[in-house]
Amino acid sequence: MSPRPTLLPGEASFSVAMQAAQDGDTAAYRALLRDCVPIIAAMARAKGVRGAALDDVVQDTLLTVHRARATYDPARPFLPWLRAITQRRAIDALRHMGRRPREVHEPLAYEAHADEAAIPGDDLERRDRAAILAAAVAHLPDGQREAIEHIALRELSLEEASALTGRTKGALKVNFHRGLKSLRTLLSPRHEGTDV
Amino acid sequence: MSNHDPPIDDLVEDLTRSLTPTRRLPGPGRRALAWFGAVLVVGLVLVPMSDVSGLRERLGVPDLQWAAFGAILTAFAAALAAFQSSVPGRSPVWSWLPLPPLVIWLGASGLGCMRGWLAPAANIAGPEEMRGCFVFLMGVSLPLSVLLVLMLRRACPLRPNLTAALAGLAAAAAAAALLVPFHPHDATATDLLIHFVAVLLVVGLNGLFGGRLLDGTAGSLSRRRKASL
Repeated sequence: MSPRPTLLPGEASFSVAMQAAQDGDTAAYRALLRDCVPIIAAMARAKGVRGAALDDVVQDTLLTVHRARATYDPARPFLPWLRAITQRRAIDALRHMGRRPREVHEPLAYEAHADEAAIPGDDLERRDRAAILAAAVAHLPDGQREAIEHIALRELSLEEASALTGRTKGALKVNFHRGLKSLRTLLSPRHEGTDV
Repeated sequence: MSNHDPPIDDLVEDLTRSLTPTRRLPGPGRRALAWFGAVLVVGLVLVPMSDVSGLRERLGVPDLQWAAFGAILTAFAAALAAFQSSVPGRSPVWSWLPLPPLVIWLGASGLGCMRGWLAPAANIAGPEEMRGCFVFLMGVSLPLSVLLVLMLRRACPLRPNLTAALAGLAAAAAAAALLVPFHPHDATATDLLIHFVAVLLVVGLNGLFGGRLLDGTAGSLSRRRKASL
């Protein structure tokens, strides 16, 4: 039971056209319906309607607008009236689609379709990799460890890392590159199987 | 989606060609008053057959007074909510409007039931009278429902089942209010149950059949096209 909404300036032309249509002005009605098509499509899309169903919703909404035209009150804005009809028709279409059974007609494509979900054990593997990297970083000399931790792992800028550590930007850069080189060596296949 | 989609362009042309001047529907409040006027006419027609002196006596009892008042308010509030729900873009909150008077109606009727236990000498209805009440409630509710559904069909209910159920509640409450002058006994639990069953039956029947009558999508072009595929 909200207060009666006021007419926005942009909506006035719709309201005038609908009023003319109620009086039987076919030219105004044709123009109004054509102007409504992209608006209805956008409203239906916002409700989640996609593909061919969008066309159906637009057509059903236009039919309902035609049937409901006597209920439009020109003192009220037109778009909320149109939105209410569109949203209901969009919900009807989505329900209809939900009830329809879906069949897979391409068994090969179905079999070959990659699963977008995480591979089982992916999380464990990621945790293992993080533990190995943390252990390798801990083995670095202090200067290099600081540079890697702040710049690579915490993604701070050189200025921020410099302000935080009290080292010059040049020193941080040098330590960062040396640290990367050391990590590359520590994490290379030759070191696999060691405690790092 | 473009403005040059052939099926949509064709549909716009079809709709434009079938356009005729339309009389704007009066607001939901005025239409609800018109239906309520019809209920009053039915009440006036029934007055000569009622027990007016007994009615005065019964309305002296507070809970019967409140039950009658609640039923009248429920009838009007539910009719107004049904008419509001039949106009696109109106707030869905209107659908809750009949709830407070419904609570008054059912609450006062429930209090009346206690009289049977508290005052054993109270005038309690026999099975024959209860059957009469049920027949009266159904007999009056159904034509009032039909009238309301016919009036609602002129609008465009987007949730036809809800609108039809509200119409059923309005008709059942109006029938219960019209029953008061013919109700020569005090309320009891069985009496309340009879009323409750009659109300549920009318609301259910309306929701089931009225909803179909009010559903404007049944004849839509795209549905017909889909059905033919």
